[in-house]
Parts: sequence; structure tokens; C-alpha cells
Amino acid sequence: MTPQSTFMIVANIAEGQLEPLRAQLESMNSEPGVLNRHTALFPFSRFDRLHVARFLILETVVTEDAVFNLPEAPPRLVFLGDCDGPEDTFIAEMAVLAAPQLRSLFSHCESFIAPHESLVNWLQKHNIQPAANYINWLGRTVKQVHEEERLQQTLSMQLRLIVDEVGRDDPRELRQQLLSFVEREKAAGRLTLTPSAPTPIVWWLKNLLHKLGVPLILLLISPLLLLFSPYLIYRLRSLEKRDPESVARPPRTHIQPLAMLEDHDVTNPFTAFGEVKPQHFRRYAVRFFLWLLDYSSRHVYNRGHLTRVQTIHFARWVMMDDNRRLLFASNYDGSLESYMDDFINKVAWGLNLVFSNGAGYPSTRWLIKRGAEQEQKFKHFLRRRQLPTQVWYKAYPGKTAFDLARNSRIREGVEVRQESDDEIRQWLAEIQV
Amino acid sequence: MSKPTAPEYSDIQALARFGHGRLKAARFLLLIIRDAKQAGEWIQSVPVSSAEWTESPSQTALQIALSAEGLRAIGLSDEVVEGFSEAFISGMSADSNRSRRLGDIGENAPDKWQWGGSVTTVPHLLLMLYAKNGQLSAWSETVMDQRFGQAFTVIADLDTVDSNSIEPFGFADGISQPAIDWERKQSTDLHRRDRFSNLLSLGELLLGYPNEYGQYTERPLIDPASDQQAELLPVAEEHPNLHDLGRNGSYLVMRQLHQDVPAFWRYIDQQVQGDPQEREQLASRMVGRQRDGTPLVGPAEQPVEGINTTGNAAALNQFDFDNDPLGQQCPIGSHIRRSNPRTGDFPPGVTGLLTRFVRIFGFGRKHPADDLIASTRFHRLLRRGRVYGEQLSQEVALKPKTKKGQRGLHFICLVASISRQFEFVQNAWSMGSKFGGVQNENDPLLGNRAPLSDGESTNHFSQPDAKGPAHCIHAMPQFVTVQGGAYFFMPGIRALRYITSFTESRGGPKS
Repeated sequence: MTPQSTFMIVANIAEGQLEPLRAQLESMNSEPGVLNRHTALFPFSRFDRLHVARFLILETVVTEDAVFNLPEAPPRLVFLGDCDGPEDTFIAEMAVLAAPQLRSLFSHCESFIAPHESLVNWLQKHNIQPAANYINWLGRTVKQVHEEERLQQTLSMQLRLIVDEVGRDDPRELRQQLLSFVEREKAAGRLTLTPSAPTPIVWWLKNLLHKLGVPLILLLISPLLLLFSPYLIYRLRSLEKRDPESVARPPRTHIQPLAMLEDHDVTNPFTAFGEVKPQHFRRYAVRFFLWLLDYSSRHVYNRGHLTRVQTIHFARWVMMDDNRRLLFASNYDGSLESYMDDFINKVAWGLNLVFSNGAGYPSTRWLIKRGAEQEQKFKHFLRRRQLPTQVWYKAYPGKTAFDLARNSRIREGVEVRQESDDEIRQWLAEIQV
Repeated sequence: MSKPTAPEYSDIQALARFGHGRLKAARFLLLIIRDAKQAGEWIQSVPVSSAEWTESPSQTALQIALSAEGLRAIGLSDEVVEGFSEAFISGMSADSNRSRRLGDIGENAPDKWQWGGSVTTVPHLLLMLYAKNGQLSAWSETVMDQRFGQAFTVIADLDTVDSNSIEPFGFADGISQPAIDWERKQSTDLHRRDRFSNLLSLGELLLGYPNEYGQYTERPLIDPASDQQAELLPVAEEHPNLHDLGRNGSYLVMRQLHQDVPAFWRYIDQQVQGDPQEREQLASRMVGRQRDGTPLVGPAEQPVEGINTTGNAAALNQFDFDNDPLGQQCPIGSHIRRSNPRTGDFPPGVTGLLTRFVRIFGFGRKHPADDLIASTRFHRLLRRGRVYGEQLSQEVALKPKTKKGQRGLHFICLVASISRQFEFVQNAWSMGSKFGGVQNENDPLLGNRAPLSDGESTNHFSQPDAKGPAHCIHAMPQFVTVQGGAYFFMPGIRALRYITSFTESRGGPKS
């Protein structure tokens, strides 16, 4: 199994360079919100380990927000993405294969290196780890996605021919014919199903340590938490009663540039940036819950769903500016309205745990109640903190997370024979005719 | 807060409560305000039908709705208009992202519309006239007097026909409508009613009342200290110091949907090689009901709240899809399943605290597409549309010489949130090419068949089969084309009085 990893390169944009950089980023699109996949400015499709990536300008756009206290941060260029295998080798690969493009883009940033200095070192130095990271399906590589998509397409066409010939009545016969067809196609080199690579031993060990270590730490600190719980609860309730909300509808001038970029593909990128509430309690709380979230996405929610939500491909929560600001970036299927509805109706409690520590969040009760359940307030809150994603790449346009999971199930049916007729029928049903 | 009371029916326009089903003749006029003063006076002079129930129902009815442009044209300040929802203010056609989401691209693109598609053809006012058969022209003449002529320019005059509740493709229509909790008896606590229910909180239809989230939808609330006319308006329930322009009003979404009836039946006929029985079967699979309205699934195990449990309504509408999770009886992608998937807050099988917890954390899914579709109660529309054009029988439609013709549906629906209700249903459910796990297909009736960003076609329709491989049809043409559309606000009757009060005080036409 090849584990996925994540990179996020952040650098301050130099004085006077913001607009030229913005123009350069926007020229990578064929129309607003649609990447020109052949752009010379960054060779995305050359990286066959890259799932999704984005360039964006990180600005504190909602400075008019009454609940923001921090001094304005300098605008930053962010390049983030999710890839197969370790991120350090991927960054090194980019530093080689896309050196001129990366140099050109990051040359808009402060203290960028001279031509003779090492790009890879500079990139590594500016790489930030997220506080929590979500991967829809741990181990599913870009290569696998493409191979399985091809498999689904060929099987679908072939099944149509077979059904025309022999009908639908005998599932074993249909499967037999499909499987021999796959063998013939593989032999002819028209179809490849690369076996899963062995899991890197060091990653496996680290992962195991993490899996056992976090509960152990929790167990160790639980008496402490219990001891302090009356105070923590008192503190939480008193903050919840007086924390100010900032949930007015964002101005049209804020919404329109965002909407222009959205809904060109079945998947959309989402980026939001906001302040954490100023109290120590909140700043520790958000990190604590992100730590738990990171744990559960690493070890529990790595098979197609994050609690009830099945539409997120990749997501990350990044603490920035000395833990005073939080960046949230995700790739989700459907429109923003349905994404937010999913959030509200399915995981309001989970959102509340993390985001209620964000300045201006709709008021919560007991940490998990209300908050996002106040539908309109929550939607305004989120929209208000959303940033335009100037450039966005997805290696498999037109495919939802559900599509990818289905194609994997189809592939599994090719490699592992189902026992019962019912299981065979279920497998056949997923191959569209 | 005081105990909720039933709404003041006399302040609600009748269309919110009644479909005027007995008034078989109807006519919709889309108007531009030419002279705001005359328009205001005209509106004040006409008898807007209220939702109050009377012993002797009127032989005629009249309803009025205004667009955001219309509200401005008649004298409402920008500040007040800004209190309405973002979707309403932007309008249906002005923003390319909205057009993408609604599927208004290609043949459906606003620049091809007959009305509403460009800045100059966005109507200000929608006038809906209803009468008994044969009385509509007399009613129109009474209403459209000399002052009307001075006040408005007619940009579209949309006739309708009495189709006996049969939509142009030939299917019984209007069977499934949400019931409204007018008396406000049910809880608006978000967590109290998580099963699928057809009984909606009043705030899903009218502004000024709690919605399914137990929240008040945003709307213009006016301080009487800064605007004396605000005294005309009812008081806002949750802000007793402010007056509520939205209360008892609804957003009204209108779309002119042209239906290519010959293309529909010819395509189906071609798929089944002319077999009449299979033709009916395929068409019913696409719709999700037989032509007489009989659903393709059996009755619900537990009666659905808000739907009659006896009589015809029960036979036609007392069902959900809980026992057909894979769509083997009624395809997932069929029209009625997309428009009203009848899902609860949790997928079927949540019986107690334990199963609930298992589900909350995302486990216990019984099949891959389990829990993909949103909870239905947050996304319902109250439909009030009427059919237009000469209706064709299936036999005539199949004749090679029959032309496309002008016929279809003047789709009208009433909602309290355009984005969460109408736009969500249109975008995620009707046009959603991945709805409920289907593979690249949009609504078999409404779909625009636009390819995906990777070029994949969406002109398919699949019928899952218990035997295994689904039955799929391909290369399905577009049958329904959008030819006009706009967002309106259908105010309460006092709000209408308030809206038209500015032309008096300001006098003179607004340039």
C-alpha cells in the first residue's frame, strides 16, 4: 500500500508583487475557475503522483470583520497538494521537473533564492505540516484511479455486448466471460492493473506507533482532564455565553469572485482562513480537537467517508501565525450549497468541535450543540471566510469520490472472486451497461 | 416568547394555501413598471386574493409577485431590498455560476430565453390571473384597465390550458406536494423529527416563521423609528421592535419549461422497437410513476406524516423508497425520486440510541450508496405551475409528421429559501449527474445532457435490475428546454400595501 502525503509551501509575497503574481496565476486558467491543463506555467500533469493541488493567495480578506483582532498578515503565496508516497521526495521531484516554473512563481516572494541556490532546500524549508489531514481513501494512488477508470469503461462496454448475446439470467456466466475478457485485454497490453506496492516499513511502524500512542497519551492525561473538567466546563460555558458572533451575509463583492470560480467540475476546491478566538482556552481547544480529528482520519476514517460525509477527496486544517489563525482547505463533490448542507445536516457536531473556536462562529452550547445547526448563520460565516482558489488541479476531472470507490469495488471483483450469486449480481450492477 | 399562533390568513396571498384548482383558466403576465406611481395605485386598486377560507369561493383570483428590480422600480430603497436573500437580489439569470448550477447552459442558456434572460427582459412584476373556464377574458378586461396600461409594459403574456392535472408528456402531475403545518402544532426542534415527513414547518413556505431548522429565514426587518410606513407591516416575531416585510410572503420561482413531447415519445419508442407495453414501462421508469400516477414502489411500512392514509392520495403518495434502496423497483435516477427522494435525516434502520450513534459516526452503511442523499425535508418546493400549449396524445406525438410545437409547463414554486430549496433541488438532485450514486446521468425528463468537464456524456438513464446488470439507455436527447425564468417575491397583503406606499409619498414616476 502506498500511503498518501501532503505538502503546503508558504511564502510571503514581496512588496508590489501581489498583483503581478495574481495575474500570473490567473493566466494559468483557460477561463476563471478552469485550469488550462497544458499551461506552460506549471506542468501539473507531468506528476503522476499528484492527486490535487492548488495555488492560492492567502490574504486576510475579511478585515472588516468585527471579531478579528490580529494585525493584518502579509499576503502569502500558498502552493498545496496531495500526492502518493512521501512528500519530501515529491517536492524534490518538482524542484527538478518544474524548476523554472516554481522559480518564476516564487520569485514574487520575499527572500527568494538566487538562481544558483538550491530550490529543493528552499521549498522544504517553507513546507508546513497540517494540524489535521484527511485522505478519502488511504492507499489509493493516482495510477490506480486511472487504471480502474479504464477498467470500468472497458468492462461496461463489454458487459453490454455479453448481455446482448447471453442475457442477464446467469450471473456466473456473465462474470466468467468478463474475467476472461480482462485476462485477454491484459495479455494484449490494453489493460493494466498494477498490484499494490508493499507498504513502506518505516511508515508502517510510525503509523502503528501513532495508532497506539495517541490513545495511550489520552489515557495518561485523562485523570488530569477529569480533575480540571469542572473548571474547563465552567470556562467553556462562560465563553459560549459571551463570544461574539460575526454571521452577517458577506457582501456581493466578496461572493461573486468566489462563485465565478465554482462548479466547473463535479468537484470544487474550498479554502477558508480565519482567526482563532483570542483566549488561551480556545487556542488549546482547537489544537486538541484537531489532534483527535487527525487521529481519527488517519486510523478510522480512511475508507471513503469522514463520519457521514462521503464527498470529500482531501482536506486539511493548518494552524498558522503562531496558532492564532486556521486555514481549512478541502476538495469536495457537488456545489458549495450542498457541501454546506451536508456539513450542517450530517456533522454539525463535528464542525462545532473545531470551528466553534474560530472567531465569529455561530454560538454553540456545550461545544457540540447549535453552532452550525443555525443554517443561515453558519453558511454566512463560512462564505465570509472563504478565499478564492486561483489555480486548482485535480488529476481525475469528472470523477467524484464515490466514482473512485465504485471503480475500486469493480476492480476488487476482478481480483477476488465473489462467493454467492448475490454478490456477483451486486458486482455486475455496479458496472454500468 | 408567546405560544405560536396560526397565521393571519387574510394577510397571506391565496396561492400559498390553495392552488386555485377549481379556477381552470389562468394567465400569467410578466410586466415592466413604466410608471411607478400608476403601478402603485393600480396594485392598491385590485383585489389580491387572500388565503382566508370562504363559504362561497370566488369565481376569479388575482396574485401579485415582484422581482428585486420590481421592488426597486416601485420605490423600495436599496437598503430594504438588501434584506432579501442573495439569490433573489441577484436574480435567476444574471450570474454565470448560478446558470451553471441550475443547468441553464447550452440550449437552456439565459441568452436564448424568451423573457428574463437579460437585464432588459427581467420582469418587474408577475401578475397571475385565475378564473372559471370561459371567464378569464372578462376578468382580464376588468383588471387590466386604463391605469394598468399606463403603469406597465407587458413583456410576456403567458397563456395556460386546463390539462386536467396531466402534464404534457402525458403523466398525472401535482400528486406529491408538501403539506404545511399551518397551525404550527409540530416541533421546530431540529432533532425532534428526523424521519421523512411530508409535513413542513410553516417557515419553509412563508417568511417570518421558524423553518425546519427552527430558525427564522433572513428578510428585511424595518425599524419604524426610521420609516413611518413600517407601521403598515406586521411585527417581526423574533424582534418585537421591528416590522417584518417578509412575514406571510414567499419567494416565487418561475420557469418556462418547453417540453418536446414528440421527441420524448419517439425516443422511447425507438428504444423499445415500437412495443406499446414496453414503451409505457420505460416511460414510467423514467418518471417513477405510471401514467395515472401509480408509484412503482409499494406503500410505506410506517405511514408518512403529512400524507393521507386513506383514499386516492394514500394509494398514489403514501410511500417512500426505504424498501428499494438500490432502485430496482423505481430507478434512483427517475424523475420523482430525484425531485423528492423521501429520505429522512438518517438512512433507514435507525431504531434506537445505539444504531443512531453508529450512524452519526458514519458506520453501519448497508450498501455503498447508503446515506448519500440529503435529508429531504430541507429541500421541498410547493408547486403551483400550469401547463401551456395544445396537448398531444401519445399516438399523435408518435406520428412522424407531428411537429415540436409550443407546449410545456409554466413552472412555479413557492419557497422560503431559494438557494436551499429550489436551487438545491435543481442543482444537486435534478441536474446532479452523480445523484445518489448514479453514473453520469441527469434527470431523464429535465436533464440538459451537458457533458462533464472530462467530456463524459450524461445522456444515459439506468434501471437497476435484481438480476445484476442494469438496463441502460443511451444518447437520450434533451426533452425539456428552459425558455424563461425569474425569481419573485410574493408579499403578504399588508407588505404589498407597504411596498406600494412609497409612490404616494414620493409622487411622480421614478425614472
